[in-house]
Amino acid sequence: MIAVPWDAETLVLLIPLTAAAFLAVLPGYRLTAWLNMLASLLTLVCVLALFILPMPAPTQFLLIDDVNIVFILLNSFVGFTTSVFSASYIGHELHTGRLTPVYLRFYHAMYQVLMFAMNLALVSNNIGLMWVAIELATLTTVLMVGIYRTHQAIEAAWKYFILGSVGIALALFGTILVYKAAQPVVGEGMPGMVWTVLMAHAAKFDPATLNVAFIFLLLGYGTKVGLVPLHAWLPDAHSEGPTPISAVLSGLLLNVALFAVLRFKLLLAANPQAIMPGPLMVMLGLASLLFASLMLYRRRDIKRLFAYSSIEHMGIITFAFGMGGALANFAALLHMTMHSLTKSAIFFAVGHISQVKGTQKIADIRGLTETHPVLGWGLVVGVFAIAGLPPLGIFTSEFLVVTSTFAREPLLAVALVAGLVIALGGLLVHLNGIAFGSPSSGTARSQASYVPLFAHLALVCAAGLYLPPALVSWFRHVAGRLG
Amino acid sequence: MDKLVFDIAHLLAGSVLLVSFMMLYQNRLSALLNLFALHAVILAFSVAWQAHLQDAPHLYVTAMIALFFKALFIPLALHRIVVRLNIHRQIENVVGVGPTMLLGMGLAALGMLLMVRITPDSDLLGREDLGFALSTVMLGLLLMVARRNAVSQVIGFMSVENGTILAATGAKGMPMVVEISVAFSILIAFIVIGVFLFRIRERFDTVDLQALDQFRGEQG
Repeated sequence: MIAVPWDAETLVLLIPLTAAAFLAVLPGYRLTAWLNMLASLLTLVCVLALFILPMPAPTQFLLIDDVNIVFILLNSFVGFTTSVFSASYIGHELHTGRLTPVYLRFYHAMYQVLMFAMNLALVSNNIGLMWVAIELATLTTVLMVGIYRTHQAIEAAWKYFILGSVGIALALFGTILVYKAAQPVVGEGMPGMVWTVLMAHAAKFDPATLNVAFIFLLLGYGTKVGLVPLHAWLPDAHSEGPTPISAVLSGLLLNVALFAVLRFKLLLAANPQAIMPGPLMVMLGLASLLFASLMLYRRRDIKRLFAYSSIEHMGIITFAFGMGGALANFAALLHMTMHSLTKSAIFFAVGHISQVKGTQKIADIRGLTETHPVLGWGLVVGVFAIAGLPPLGIFTSEFLVVTSTFAREPLLAVALVAGLVIALGGLLVHLNGIAFGSPSSGTARSQASYVPLFAHLALVCAAGLYLPPALVSWFRHVAGRLG
Repeated sequence: MDKLVFDIAHLLAGSVLLVSFMMLYQNRLSALLNLFALHAVILAFSVAWQAHLQDAPHLYVTAMIALFFKALFIPLALHRIVVRLNIHRQIENVVGVGPTMLLGMGLAALGMLLMVRITPDSDLLGREDLGFALSTVMLGLLLMVARRNAVSQVIGFMSVENGTILAATGAKGMPMVVEISVAFSILIAFIVIGVFLFRIRERFDTVDLQALDQFRGEQG
């Protein structure tokens, strides 16, 4: 089925899978951590090759196009930097005995399986294959969230499993309905699930079936995006799992699920009689933004705080994609990129902070800029960025989202700005104590590797000050394709 | 379409829904497990009948998975767990039996009406199958909401999954059904074979999820 077996798009899938097999059996922390980094780096190189080489022709299963290449690049970049962070984080966890060597092997293997599943979901040209990939990603993350086996970790994993599986089941029902809608037009068998074929014939599908299918898909994959009111699993899963997993969940897996929703949004948009998918996404996005920004205030756990901030930002991105049009799509893409980079940087900082302080409770983490200046100021910059303060990257994208909304729906823009301001307040209230209060105990030196943290922050700062024209024209091109 | 062929398909899909209803009012765990096994057996026959009708031999694989994995292996494993944990006791329903049944009927009616309405001119068999499938999915969700026990939530989830498999086989000529049912089975196997149930037992001496709820992420 696959035209050229050794091309870059296959390698993007094969490398993580092979690495997972090796990591599952190899002993030793140093060796496996290096191997994990190496595999992630090789995947990133292949994605870059994919980006430079001419796009391969789509097959029945795999597809590289303008839209998914942005997601794949972001995915493998953050996947690589997180593996660097993970190496120093996991060393500490082994040292303190929270992870045993057996669980470490399991952790590394699952990390690569997760990378494989996310890449597969992104490059798949087949709605059935995409579903299987997202299901695999759910399974691996459930297992990783529960890896510490504490009361809370098990509760979080159970909640995530139940809600995630229900979401997955609803998404499958939607997928079947899409096939039902396509079958009279494109015929029985595989073509009815191939993305490129579906897009070409979408205008002739039965609109009523498509409408119902989209509702199921939006609710199903929307659960994985963490949209309110389907978000309940997200804060628990983020706070109880290992921090590298929180970074990957927030920075990447939510994007992958959103990508699935976007694909189906495009399908509906190609059918003139179907409902407009935009308003539904706008509504869910706005609800997520408002709800999550209010929830930011009364958090006591630092990882839960940033988990709610992820819900807030996924809300903004969904809102902007729902608005549609060239400018809003551009803003959404930029915001997604900036959010992934910033949020994973924040989790890198938080991971080391909770290790040196020995707690995730906000009340017990005080005065970081005095005790750990590098980590403390890193966190300050990260939180300033995520709160949308100028001149950092998220300010640019949020500004674009707000202005494009003001031009079309001023009332919605008012709600949007209100949500952003509330979130800003919530984050700064907590940051004040964490960074500048009187120092709390826990002054152990951090063995952290600061490279991933500051690499991400530097990119976010740079994007706030200057967006290279090449990047702008590329994103503009992709935004045009998104309808 | 041959009348008898149609009737048999209809009977099997309808029986799956009927068993879903029966699961709603079971208040003993072992009876619920037996009913789930019955659910999976009927599903297996329904899938096999569709495989025969559509001349799609790969669907027999899905039928076999349903028969051996979901109707035999999973119920047996869960029975063992239930016996070992000594929880042959009553299940407390969160919502009473009466309201649950009423809700179930409402959901089934909703599912049927929706599916019949949106697919007016497609083949009659596929459309009714989809209606039964959606109703089964909704009843499975209701079962998950109405129960507190970890084992019965797993059973609820598996009946949701049976509903989606029913829908997938009802859609004529749908590819990847086998892959999807395998992927689902892996998910269930991971969950059922110990990972959670044994750990929940290990940590809390109970599989009652109310015990889990006490450990909210943010206490203290």
